Amino acid sequence: MRSRQFVPEAIGRQPWQVLIPLLGLVSLGAAVLYSAAGGHLQPYAASHVYRFLVFLVMAIVMSRIPREWYRELAYPAYGAICVLLVLVELIGGMGGGSQRWLNLGFMTLQPSELMKPGIILVLARFYETLPAPMTASWRGLVPAGLLIALPAGLVILQPDLGTALAICFGGAVIMFLAGLPLIWFLGAGAAGVVLAPVAFFAFLHDYQRKRVLTFLDPENDPLGTGYHITQSKIAIGSGGLFGKGFGNGSQSHLDYLPEAHTDFVFATMAEEWGMMGGLFVLFVFALVLSWGLRVALRTPDRFSSLLAAGMTATIFFYVAINLMMVMGLAPVVGIPLPFMSHGGSSMMTNMICLGAIMAVNRWYQAPKRLG
Amino acid sequence: MKWFKPRHVSMATLRNSFDRRSLVFGSLQAGVGVLLAGRLGYLSVTQNEKYQLEAESNRVNLSLIPPRRGWILDRNGAPLASNRADFRVDAIPERMTDPLATVAELGKLLELSEVEIRDLLDKIEKSRGFAPIEVATGLDWDRFAAVSVRLPDLPGVVTQRGFSRYYPTGCTVGHLVGYVGTASAEDYEKERNPLLVTPGYKIGKDAIERVFEHRLRGKPGARRVEVTASGRIVRDLETREDDPGAPVKLTINGPLQDYASRRLGPESGAVVVMDCTNGDILTMASMPCFDPNSFSDGIGRLEWKMLADDDHVPLRNKVLRGLYPPGSTVKPMVALAFREAGLDPDASVFCGGGLRVGNRVFHCWNRRGHGQVNMAKGIYQSCDVYFYHFAQKIGMDKIAEMAKHLGLQQEFDLPVVGQSYGTVPDPAWKLRKYGKEWADYDTVNATIGQGYMLVNPLQQAVMASRIASGRKLMPRLIYTGKPQNAPSLGIPQDHLDYIHQAMSDVINGPGTAGRARLPIEDVKMAGKTGTAQVVGLNISSGKGGPWKYRDHGHFICFAPFDKPKYACAVVVEHGGGSGAAYPIARDVMTFLFDPHKALEMLHGFEEGWGGTAQERLDKRYAAYAAEYGGNAPAVSAEEEKEKVREAEESPADDQPIVNSAQSPRPEPTAPAPAATPTTSGAPAPTASANAPFIPLQPPAGTGQ
Repeated sequence: MRSRQFVPEAIGRQPWQVLIPLLGLVSLGAAVLYSAAGGHLQPYAASHVYRFLVFLVMAIVMSRIPREWYRELAYPAYGAICVLLVLVELIGGMGGGSQRWLNLGFMTLQPSELMKPGIILVLARFYETLPAPMTASWRGLVPAGLLIALPAGLVILQPDLGTALAICFGGAVIMFLAGLPLIWFLGAGAAGVVLAPVAFFAFLHDYQRKRVLTFLDPENDPLGTGYHITQSKIAIGSGGLFGKGFGNGSQSHLDYLPEAHTDFVFATMAEEWGMMGGLFVLFVFALVLSWGLRVALRTPDRFSSLLAAGMTATIFFYVAINLMMVMGLAPVVGIPLPFMSHGGSSMMTNMICLGAIMAVNRWYQAPKRLG
Repeated sequence: MKWFKPRHVSMATLRNSFDRRSLVFGSLQAGVGVLLAGRLGYLSVTQNEKYQLEAESNRVNLSLIPPRRGWILDRNGAPLASNRADFRVDAIPERMTDPLATVAELGKLLELSEVEIRDLLDKIEKSRGFAPIEVATGLDWDRFAAVSVRLPDLPGVVTQRGFSRYYPTGCTVGHLVGYVGTASAEDYEKERNPLLVTPGYKIGKDAIERVFEHRLRGKPGARRVEVTASGRIVRDLETREDDPGAPVKLTINGPLQDYASRRLGPESGAVVVMDCTNGDILTMASMPCFDPNSFSDGIGRLEWKMLADDDHVPLRNKVLRGLYPPGSTVKPMVALAFREAGLDPDASVFCGGGLRVGNRVFHCWNRRGHGQVNMAKGIYQSCDVYFYHFAQKIGMDKIAEMAKHLGLQQEFDLPVVGQSYGTVPDPAWKLRKYGKEWADYDTVNATIGQGYMLVNPLQQAVMASRIASGRKLMPRLIYTGKPQNAPSLGIPQDHLDYIHQAMSDVINGPGTAGRARLPIEDVKMAGKTGTAQVVGLNISSGKGGPWKYRDHGHFICFAPFDKPKYACAVVVEHGGGSGAAYPIARDVMTFLFDPHKALEMLHGFEEGWGGTAQERLDKRYAAYAAEYGGNAPAVSAEEEKEKVREAEESPADDQPIVNSAQSPRPEPTAPAPAATPTTSGAPAPTASANAPFIPLQPPAGTGQ
């Protein structure tokens, strides 16, 4: 702690015990992307690191924003994102096809990505203001449910099942942590078990249905939709304990692995770095996520702890679904691996989540250190 | 427990619940983490071997290198079929996503003509998907490279450097050696060999190529390459060379085969030359023929139309499949039968232009008559009356026996795809086949090689070689270099000498083929002419008129006549008589003794015909391409089979019954009393057996 005297406060106060492993993870990601591009920094690795650094600055800026701003901005931000979602829908409708992004000139923005942290923020704010006794009544459930259903519905229309699920998951975790009666969750779970088959046949698109079926039996269709899962498992399995060595992954280099630089980047990594690389990735995520939860637990006020826990849940959802998919434990859903997959939108979402947790961390660190 | 009951909720209880539930959520995360780590360990440690194998089988593609086919050699070791290094492009229809677009692109890159593109699309449509289709061979490096670099955009297209079959003398060996082609679906089903569906691999489709398929095939090499998911080859890992097939050496004399085929010129016919000392077949020429070089990539629409339109039946191997009434070429054989039966060669008969048997008159080809005729004169003047007369005395059975003894109606043990062996009629045969008694006119017909008598050119050559050698020579096609210890025919040498002399007189004496004399000082040839009618005199005189009504021309010969070395048989379909056949035999024989002289003569002829056989075939194709372009009708598989079947069908199968004697046709060099006006004005043919004169039936399905 004494070292703080030698470094500027803005730097010294950052949660380096998390950021340094994270930097390691991003570097590993960059190395994998470098290899996936056939030993070139372009087009993946350089922009990956560059984006991380830009969004890290953004996260640090976010961490310095006072708590009041977050609270005041929760509803307006939520509303604004919803407007953007509708806008995307309209533009897509006019263009005669589905569209998920807005072209801002300097970058393309997916409003649905923003909604992942957005839903956490607005629900944290909602439950903060909700009088405690009402938590167990319908007034604790229905407005929150509507807050989730609106954006989730809009995103499903796009159609983007993965993101809609992420929004619902984030919302559900906040409701759970906010103390809604457990029986509701158990009931919803039971209803889900009953309704899942109905939803499977009634609401899913053909290609989504196929993905689920393929997940259940990938070898049934090894050259069709089962191809992704099969090739991914081959990549991971053939890597062994220590991998084939940097730049030697045949699955990714010879294009057997689909989406080797985005959704299946973990398989690309595991092929070349082996199980050790995979354990390192899991370890870093464990550090980040447990830190996020610790921040939430350490925080006395309701808004902040819900915010931090929710943001952690969002990152967790990405990690869990992606890794399960890549290892053949979940159907193929287009969800990238945080901090490793190439892609600006997911990097932005995850860094917003990280920035929010860092902010919560900072709100309750500063006074302590002063005192 | 208390969460389930309605209770007072305060900020403090909510905080408690948050803490507890956070821990639950945290443990859920930890659980997922452990699950993932376990799964990771399972995949990459426990299952490592399996997945490593799968990754390897993804990465490495084992492709067969088609073995170089064994050469087919002539007796002196010159190739009749060889291989040449080749840049080629194949397409595998199954792997094509958009055949039309891909073919269009290939057409541009390879500069294919409209006809070739049409043919390619046909083949893709007809194919069974997995079997590769040849797009182009013999490409230059530029065009090969142009396709090679665009492979990723051309799914289903394969480029290869390999070898392709090459027939140096092209269309002159088509029927003899056959051709190669990609294996058909049936071939593959018969023999589940992955080699058969390897791009660039061809199997023998006909004749020698087909019969010796396994010997010629060899063992494929293998190439291990690293490939991307889309099939692009990244690098070679390891290559095992192919093991070329064994050569097949034939008894054929390559230059002679080429010469004979070319010498047939625009005619439809066959030439067979045999070595009378050992039975080796030196030449088996059948023209017109297809070009086996261009058949190898499958038969295109235009090519098909060209072959189908040709009334000369280029698809039929006339040496083995063509059956013809042999005409007077059987007379030496009949004479031998007479001697065998004890006839004195000096016994003579007066020929006044016809022979009365009972109330019927059988005409000699020479209506003015030959005067007093003995056996020798009967042969060299080809007097029909002589043979009518003594055949009546001796009987058909003796003649038929000799005919079979000399090789007629025999199937020989040769490595060929099929032989039509024809008919040597005798009374028992007729009774069996038609339930009718043998009649006088049947003998009359048979002794002059008409009526039911049908032979193929190979049999005629064998007959010539047996008469020449007096031994029961069997024709051989595979070169051994060993003498054939053929048993004697059991014919006394003086009989043979007598016949040899008479046959020599056909050419060198007062015979029917004086112009067949060899232009070589000390080599004398012996031979026998034959003219076989195709339709009755009431339809055509057989000399001019529509091609398909003209008489067949035959000639059998051997040389030198006193010490026979080579025997030869020539058939010219609808040549208008033996006059079309013996000049060819003369030149072919000349080639054996003095190639330069023979070639000079050939070049003179070819100038008049418009080039060599190959040149004329190519010109014809070009003319078709110009006329029909890409619009020739598609060839259906059934149609193709039907046509081939038709070409292979032996005309003997549907021989109609003959009810009368057939008129012998005038021999060429005789003073020519062509068809007399009396016969052309003859009453309509009647089926009655005792019709006095010669109402002529269209003869027995004599080949086309």
